[in-house]
Amino acid sequence: MLRSRGRGALRHTWTFWRRSIQARVVVATVLLSILAVGAVGLFLSQQVRSGLLEHRVSLVTAEAANEVRDARSRLSATPGIDVDASGERRDLVGPIIQRGLTRGFDVVLAGPIERGGDGHIADGGAEFTPSLDISSVPLSLERHFADAGAATAWTYASIRSQSFGQITSTVPGIVVGSQVVLPADGHTYTLYFLFPLQNEQDTLQLVLRAMAAAAVLLVLLVAGVAWLVARQVVTPIRLARQVAERLAAGQLTERLRVTGEDDLARLAVSFNQMATSLQRQIRQLEELSGVQRRFTSDVSHELRTPLTTVRMASEVIYDARDTFDPATARAAELLQGELDRFERLLVDLLEISRFDAGAARLETDSVDLVTVVRRVIADSVRLAEQRHVELRVHDPGHSCLAEADVRRVERIVRNLIGNAIDHAGTSDHIDLYVDGDEHSAAVAVRDHGVGLAPGESSMVFNRFWRADPARARTTGGTGLGLSISLEDSQLHGGWLQAWGKPGEGAQFRLTLPRRTGAPLHRSPIPLVPRDAGPDARRQAAANASEAER
Amino acid sequence: MDRPGLLAGAILRCGPSRDEHDGAFIGVAARSGAALRHNRSVPNENSRGRILVVDDDASLAEMLSIVLGQEGFDSTVVHRGDHALDAFHRYKPDVVLLDLMLPGVDGIEVCRQIRRESGVPIVMLTAKGDTGDVVVGLEAGADDYVVKPFKPKELIARIKARVRRFDAVDTEPLTIGDLTIDVTGHIVSRDGAAINLTPLEFDLLVCLARKPNQVFSRDVLLEQVWGYRHAADTRLVNVHVQRLRSKVEHDPEAPEIVVTVRGVGYKAGSV
Repeated sequence: MLRSRGRGALRHTWTFWRRSIQARVVVATVLLSILAVGAVGLFLSQQVRSGLLEHRVSLVTAEAANEVRDARSRLSATPGIDVDASGERRDLVGPIIQRGLTRGFDVVLAGPIERGGDGHIADGGAEFTPSLDISSVPLSLERHFADAGAATAWTYASIRSQSFGQITSTVPGIVVGSQVVLPADGHTYTLYFLFPLQNEQDTLQLVLRAMAAAAVLLVLLVAGVAWLVARQVVTPIRLARQVAERLAAGQLTERLRVTGEDDLARLAVSFNQMATSLQRQIRQLEELSGVQRRFTSDVSHELRTPLTTVRMASEVIYDARDTFDPATARAAELLQGELDRFERLLVDLLEISRFDAGAARLETDSVDLVTVVRRVIADSVRLAEQRHVELRVHDPGHSCLAEADVRRVERIVRNLIGNAIDHAGTSDHIDLYVDGDEHSAAVAVRDHGVGLAPGESSMVFNRFWRADPARARTTGGTGLGLSISLEDSQLHGGWLQAWGKPGEGAQFRLTLPRRTGAPLHRSPIPLVPRDAGPDARRQAAANASEAER
Repeated sequence: MDRPGLLAGAILRCGPSRDEHDGAFIGVAARSGAALRHNRSVPNENSRGRILVVDDDASLAEMLSIVLGQEGFDSTVVHRGDHALDAFHRYKPDVVLLDLMLPGVDGIEVCRQIRRESGVPIVMLTAKGDTGDVVVGLEAGADDYVVKPFKPKELIARIKARVRRFDAVDTEPLTIGDLTIDVTGHIVSRDGAAINLTPLEFDLLVCLARKPNQVFSRDVLLEQVWGYRHAADTRLVNVHVQRLRSKVEHDPEAPEIVVTVRGVGYKAGSV
């Protein structure tokens, strides 16, 4: 649960990251400026630190040298030979400790250095500033002064102060060592001066703090600038996107506001020009479509009225043909027959042009395909009998309902049956399969005639297409029936598909969604008939995805 | 201008003798170009009915007259919509054939004008397959329609269906809901008050009332009331059931006399 919420938040962030140029620009700028500021800061702090220390070291060593010189001169000024070496040692170191307390340094007098000995300060016997923890003198320096005659040396160390054996504070410092010879016993002693670097550390910290504050401010400033700049660029782009979306949604009058003359303004100008040009073209197309529709309607009206008159006249003449001489009588028959064909062709052409003009509208109702098929068969049975073809219906025993325009569905089924009768060839029957499930309803018309050559199953829906140009139309089909049927089925959001194999006949399947506009995924009836050979079915399965587009 | 005459002449030779006068009249009338012509001056005793043809296309109107004449109908032709009502008053037709596209006043308006004062059967002639026009026409009061180009036989069948009445075999009055139907007298009444129905609405009501327990599908009603032998436009039924309900129901929104059976059709109310 938690993980999924975390993942959700992650996805959310990722989406935001991908979608927002501004966020990416700001984050990238901030990261880069942090890197730059960090490098500069590091360099500066190193410089400041080494500068401070070098200065202090030179001061400290000079002071230590002064003290040593002063001590040596005092020692050499001591009259005669004082036998009390410890007294002389105290006399030597006492004033230095006093001065150290006022000047801020600690003093240790260690020794004497015995030849070959390895005496340590920690072993005792050393004189030192009372508050100092004598272990503050680093061993490395002590080792340097293990032998008499060692030169003055210094090192960095932590200076610890103590009271009653408790360490109270630790500060970084510089320890300078120098050897003196005590005339009282002739031994060499080492004087250590421990100078704290407290001031330098404070200064360095102050500088670092100031630099850190400056760096943070700088990064924030850069982030702000980046955000502002990105916004300047992104805002017009977002506006352009919104306007483009509105244009796409059909609000063709939407335009971008143009301010200034910069690149973005020029983009807006070009965008607006594009929109205007689009608008003009769409208007033109709309007008053309309107003209086309009006033309269709006008042609319809203008052609139909005279055709009605001609048709009625022909009917009157045809009814009276018995009273004519044989040639005129035959002419009357031909006139009548061709008028029928002309009329069908006109009706089909008008229907096609209505589809082309996008003027076809559905009038949906709950339609039972079983009823539709039975009704169409009742109408087609006479034609079928003339051709000695039997129409066999295989229905599932329940109604197959779909939301459809009954007039169009009947026309599809009528066309399919007419087509099947046309192409039944020598076979004596046509099978009609009806089935339905909760998502769709389907009708398949199966003939056992000449069938379709490979590749023809999609061409059959082309206008005026003929399998064999030399083959005559026999039932007087217009060549537009299947095209109209395909348009009709697509208007419903349904499928009209054909399967065929040379010599095995063909099957046309209409599948309608239960509700108009609902997506179709499968049909209750297989496109390849159950009685077709197995390899035919395998081949069709391979083509299925292509066909069911 | 010669052709209509010639054509009429040709028809005269082969047509039934009783149409002779008719055809000749039309031939002459077509030449004269009169806006309104009728043959009342020559009453035809064998006439199966009188038909007013309202169509602006002179050739079609004449052809319609010829075909109607052959079938034994008397007819008269009007070319303008604004002359139609006048002609209707003078001619008193049994059926009106009405084109929708007319100069003067359009067919829909003519239909409304006639319907306002008479229940005479009106059959629309529409050139447009546009379904909207058909519904508007039916709602304006037309009983039926044929789409150009129609076959003459189809038109004659439509007209005959409108002229033909239910045979008055019922001597007993029928009842449907709280309505009483006197079939022979063509009167529908509720509590003694007569309700004015068009002949078509009357036929529709009688058809339902005769078999109160039967559910009539739209197709069956089309066959029995409109005389269609094949499936046709079921909107005819829907529109006229709505019109009938608006006249006979207490509350047309909650019908009790003509009840819808969902997915099947209509039946008489059981009240």
